[in-house]
Amino acid sequence: MTRFLLAVLRRDLTLAARRRGDWLIALFFFVMVASLFPLGIGPDPKLLARIGPGVLWVAATLASLLSLSRLFADDHRDGSLEHMVLSPEPTVLLVLGKSLAHWLIYGIPLLLIAPVLGVQFHLPADAIGVLLLSLLIGTPILSLLGGVGAALTLGLRGGGVLLTLLILPLYVPALIFGAGAVDGVLAGTGAEAHLSLLGAFLILTLLVAPWIAAAALKVSLE
Amino acid sequence: MEWASWSDFWDMGGYGLYVWGSYAVTAACILMEVILLKRGAGQTRRRLKRMRQWEES
Amino acid sequence: MNLYTYASPATFYHLAGRLIPWFAWSAGILTLVGLYIGFFVAPTDFQQSEAYRVIFIHVPAAWMGMFIYLVMAFWGAIGLAFNTRLSFMMVRALAPTGAIFTFIALWTGALWGKPMWGAWWVWDARLTSTLILLFLYIGIMALWAAIDDVKRGDRAGALLALIGAINVPIIYFSVKWWNTLHQGASVSLTKAPTMATIMLTGMLIMAFAAWFYSIAVALARVRAIILERERHTEWVKDILER
Repeated sequence: MTRFLLAVLRRDLTLAARRRGDWLIALFFFVMVASLFPLGIGPDPKLLARIGPGVLWVAATLASLLSLSRLFADDHRDGSLEHMVLSPEPTVLLVLGKSLAHWLIYGIPLLLIAPVLGVQFHLPADAIGVLLLSLLIGTPILSLLGGVGAALTLGLRGGGVLLTLLILPLYVPALIFGAGAVDGVLAGTGAEAHLSLLGAFLILTLLVAPWIAAAALKVSLE
Repeated sequence: MEWASWSDFWDMGGYGLYVWGSYAVTAACILMEVILLKRGAGQTRRRLKRMRQWEES
Repeated sequence: MNLYTYASPATFYHLAGRLIPWFAWSAGILTLVGLYIGFFVAPTDFQQSEAYRVIFIHVPAAWMGMFIYLVMAFWGAIGLAFNTRLSFMMVRALAPTGAIFTFIALWTGALWGKPMWGAWWVWDARLTSTLILLFLYIGIMALWAAIDDVKRGDRAGALLALIGAINVPIIYFSVKWWNTLHQGASVSLTKAPTMATIMLTGMLIMAFAAWFYSIAVALARVRAIILERERHTEWVKDILER
């Protein structure tokens, strides 16, 4: 069973490695969006530190949402998606593999660049540490929820925007707990509560989203 | 609750704008929904009748 | 009478036709009674004087907004499990009414907040959660609009309602959590006015009125959907002839 999961994962990672441009676009989008806010709001360090967590989290959310609509799109276009769904292996694993691949390709780079942006927002070192931890837990949630959105909007016109419209309301708890964790550190009240709630939300999403996405895939492919 | 006069009733203790603003919008939404529903049902019937006549002719 | 008799659109169409007047009339009567109690029986609130009377539509609307979303998820699940077309039609029939109630809850909440909290929009936990609930409704309706194939649209909407319903309690919890943390000094969270029993009864009567109204409207809308989708059947032809 896990062989199929690893096979899907390896396939997607090699595909992404060949088209290095894709995940760089999402990365630069993240940097650009985050850098626009100081231009709009002003360079005052105290203010930037206050809005920093929220801005970075929203920018990370939008950056990985950007790439979600293509989660199944390429395979759907050349028909390989249908073969994979019709294969004896459960579709849930296919969706899980795809979401995991999306997280590795688009989620992890956000983590690597986040400290640089954290410095840009005058966040202290411990806050940046918690920011990384919260993003580490938060981004897979988005890849899983995004899997549902991508499966539902497979092949629809305006799929990308529609996907964002469907998924963002579901992502609110993760945003609140994630940004709240960094705020907790800044305010000195500690971030354990937020991070544990974020982790709980991740586990729930892990339990729910792949099955619904698999069902959505079957619905979309009929 | 006895209202001294009708003008007191509309004034609603100084909060007339907010109370009646809320009730007015609620009434408007409900009426709009009912009217749209009735009109929609009528249109559906007429459209289906026309489509049937085309199919049969 | 087995489980599926009323699952067939034909029988349900006539059943709904008979039920609508009952629900519509009872909703109308309950509304009149509720409003009478609300304005002519319920006393002035010592804290909010007369402004609290918005509660008689704000709370029922908020309840209905959330309740209808959960009912949609329920019918969606039934439709997915038993493959009954009528359940999907009911999901489609409920969505607009749920969205309208959620909008009414937001509007009346904002208007009620102005005299109490001094601002047209306050990031109060309940208002914010209701706002996100409205986004969920808009998401489902946008999905239906984007999918032309009826069968796929039904199932996709049902799945979205399902994952939405699972998340609604979490969204409400996380927003309340977020609100208590960022308790701004300016926002003094006035809890609902201590409910004199007469106020509560007025509100409950209005809640039932809203519930019966929703049933009547949903049944009426589902009848139109049934006609639309079953137009090639004999019985619809007879109805159209009449």
